[in-house]
Amino acid sequence: MEVLLSSDKIADCITALADEIVSKAARGDKIAVIGIRSRGEILGKRLSDALSKKLKTKLPCGTLDITLYRDDINNPQGQSQPLVRSTEIGFDIDDKIIILVDDVLYTGRSTRAAMDALIDLGRPKAIRLAVLIERTGRELPISADFVGLKVDLPAEKSVQVNFVESDGKDRVIVI
Amino acid sequence: MSKKEFIWNRKHLIGLRDLSREEIEYILDTAQGFEQVSTRSIKKAPTLRGKVVVNLFFEDSTRTRNSFTLAANRLSADVIEFTQKSSSVNKGETLLDTARNLEAMGIDIVVIRHSAGGAPKFLSRNINASVVNAGDGYCEHPTQGLLDTFTIRKIRGSLEGLKIAIVGDIAHSRVARSDIYAMTKLGAEVTLVGPPTLMPAKINQLPVQVSYSLDAVIGQVDVINMLRIQFERMGTNPFPSIKEYSHYFGLTVDRMKKMKKDVLVMHPGPINRGVEIESEVADGPNSVILQQVTNGLAVRMAVLFLVNQGAMVKE
Repeated sequence: MEVLLSSDKIADCITALADEIVSKAARGDKIAVIGIRSRGEILGKRLSDALSKKLKTKLPCGTLDITLYRDDINNPQGQSQPLVRSTEIGFDIDDKIIILVDDVLYTGRSTRAAMDALIDLGRPKAIRLAVLIERTGRELPISADFVGLKVDLPAEKSVQVNFVESDGKDRVIVI
Repeated sequence: MSKKEFIWNRKHLIGLRDLSREEIEYILDTAQGFEQVSTRSIKKAPTLRGKVVVNLFFEDSTRTRNSFTLAANRLSADVIEFTQKSSSVNKGETLLDTARNLEAMGIDIVVIRHSAGGAPKFLSRNINASVVNAGDGYCEHPTQGLLDTFTIRKIRGSLEGLKIAIVGDIAHSRVARSDIYAMTKLGAEVTLVGPPTLMPAKINQLPVQVSYSLDAVIGQVDVINMLRIQFERMGTNPFPSIKEYSHYFGLTVDRMKKMKKDVLVMHPGPINRGVEIESEVADGPNSVILQQVTNGLAVRMAVLFLVNQGAMVKE
């Protein structure tokens, strides 16, 4: 087990992500943050808090469940069964710039599913992808706009993001 | 946070009697996730794209059939509507032959309603597709039991310790049976209320209490589920007159005054207005009858999704 990011480093990454998003935002942009369940939800909330502080306005923040849009739903790849949970987006996404948040970008398949799910909810002005970890190994033509840490790992390794809210402590590890 | 890994492995949904509390709660949790599909701008998800669902209805239905059709459509499945009236069943085809012929066209899920109890079970043993029971004889109507339970849980948070009365024509009611199994497994106390002639024969085998007086229980219950008098299933007269039945077992405005302020009034539909329930009550503030219909859609989406998932586990 190797620790990629400690608790402090995760906080730094989130601050850096927020800084970069703010620096690239144009005046008048309506920004909203949507996290992909379940680690992206937690990261999304933290990022939206950081952004709200910097922009001095409360940004809308929601949670997206992508289970219904997964491309392996009728062709299960692993042992675990997909669990359908609710999407909680209490605002209109039309004409907003959606910062889509996930913990790890790897194959790009979750991002594809999330984009399809978002389009069924409305027509955002743009979707930007923010991730804590960007890992090489894309299987789809997808890239992140805002990245905390880039890593290159062999396929047999897996990246695990832990948060206080879900796992008791903040850290990113490689197993 | 991660509970011990629970795997849903049922390919069919025949009845709630066989399901564990954990399985029932898993269906309800899943249904919660499907609710939002019906509230957004594009009311469709691609989950069952390329799958074929057959509505095999040998009895009349509007609510259940339309609800299943819409649920399947919202998950992007194709739906074949089968009705007995316009089918080869009228030429003497058996249930199994009908089902096998449909199966030969490559269907994935059969939703069946039949007047013979056990028909869905029989079908599930003889065809490869998933089978969902949409009501069989006087046996079970599992999706109704689930949506009733879902509705109560959504409003009250839990069924634990709730007192629930199911009133009326219990003998002819598959809804009552499915309700009893689901609600008692989730911790509610169920009392059946009605005239002795409308009580089922082996009632002592069910985990319920029985009362022959509505007025005796009315003050204590948290939920009251008024069943429809099923005139079409009655050979003899189980009560002297409709008026007399309404007098003793109808949910009237006067009786509502004796009930808890926040009691939930339920009815599986279709309503005989003025018989088992007065219009003012059915349309009143305590009524959740239309919420039941809305919730039915989410529950049926969850059931179609889960039997499809269960079919993959078995392979």
